[in-house]
Amino acid sequence: MMEIELLVIGAGPAGLMAALHAAEAGAGVLLIERSDRLGGQLIKQTHKFFGSKAEYAGERGIDIAAKLIDACEKTKTITIWKNTPVLGIYPDGVVTALHQEKFCTIKPAKVIVATGAAEKTMAFPNNDLPGIYGAGAVQTLMNVHGVLPAKRILMVGAGNIGVIVAYQLLQAGVEVAGVVEASPQVGGYHVHAAKLQRHGVPIYTSHSVKAAHGDPFLEGVTICKLDKDWQPIAGSDQYIEVDGLCLAVGLSPLTELLWQAGCDMKYVAELGGYVPVRNGNLQTTEEHIFVAGDVSGVEEASAAMVEGKLAGMYIAALLGYQTANYEPELQLAREQLAALRSGPAGEKIRNGLSKVLCREVG
Amino acid sequence: MRITDHPILEFTNKTKVLFVFNGQPIEGVAGEPIAAALHAAGVKVLRHSHAHHRPRGLFCAIGNCSSCLMIVDGIPNVRVCVEPLRAGMSVETQAGKGKII
Repeated sequence: MMEIELLVIGAGPAGLMAALHAAEAGAGVLLIERSDRLGGQLIKQTHKFFGSKAEYAGERGIDIAAKLIDACEKTKTITIWKNTPVLGIYPDGVVTALHQEKFCTIKPAKVIVATGAAEKTMAFPNNDLPGIYGAGAVQTLMNVHGVLPAKRILMVGAGNIGVIVAYQLLQAGVEVAGVVEASPQVGGYHVHAAKLQRHGVPIYTSHSVKAAHGDPFLEGVTICKLDKDWQPIAGSDQYIEVDGLCLAVGLSPLTELLWQAGCDMKYVAELGGYVPVRNGNLQTTEEHIFVAGDVSGVEEASAAMVEGKLAGMYIAALLGYQTANYEPELQLAREQLAALRSGPAGEKIRNGLSKVLCREVG
Repeated sequence: MRITDHPILEFTNKTKVLFVFNGQPIEGVAGEPIAAALHAAGVKVLRHSHAHHRPRGLFCAIGNCSSCLMIVDGIPNVRVCVEPLRAGMSVETQAGKGKII
């Protein structure tokens, strides 16, 4: 059995930052990632991030990923296991994983679960046809592997992911037939939506997908207009010929390990589904288990990185590795999170968090 | 279809390999997910569902949703969205649950 001070599960933006900051303070870290690449979803984010400089604003996700991965790989006190799915967290604190085709056991003093989130789908006839993708899959195909998902795509969802991925499709040479959004207004950043409109991409607000068509793969989609109660308006059907439909209708946290570990969970729609009850230091109701990033509530990668930093620093201090600047740095991380969640854009997240924070920050 | 010209990204240094899809030789890039190679070759139907035999393709691309299970080198239920392509692999469309024994 491998003994380690801190086990970080998931090497996306949250996990990489958690591992780096805990190791920087002096903790021994094992970083486990199920895929064959580190970086999580950052490795397909070709757009420049918003926010302040402290959260890598102005940089592209792909470049942030390269920096964080390089830093982790150069840190001797971080052991990295790729291609390693974690299988379970047991009541005695033992964690099991499949590493190099072998079942292995790990005994960590603390665990950070940073497993991220998975794409949601939506209900309409033929929603399982080949050619219907989650937005993340479209990004992976084109931005990581250089493969075009389709010739002509309809995007569903005009939140940040929808408008950003629609623009990335244009950059890759795919025709974007339009963006369908059920609410009366665009939810994503105006700058991205404006880019689409300059390219003549129609944004169908107050519209939804009624059905997909094709056999054996997607050939077209019927959309319809919604009234003020979000109900389909009769006679408003419109057929759009596409060979790709991209769903950017939200993500749900990948919380299986937290459920299994016995953490108290709560359904919070604003955070994407079931999320762990935790305190301001991202500690769950199982005291040795912490969370960071989308698994604790779906937000932007910037927030995931700050949460990772906060949890990493806090755990290092718990383990006896308190750096000289610990208090001010922890305070700064909290202020960064508050800033990222400020204003009207952060209202949904603030509401969600108010339902799931169990104790005051000490 | 592969991206040849992109304003931000470059896709270079790719080693082409041959693999076999349902008996037909197809060219892909070594190390990319099998699903990416199949997409580049225009193959979108990866399996048929168990109960209603509906065609299924790639959906999540992170090994999470089970939409893309195929038979690879005789082994069923391989998630081809995360399984790296190697030269000479045999990849087959899967029907239903796949035969394990």
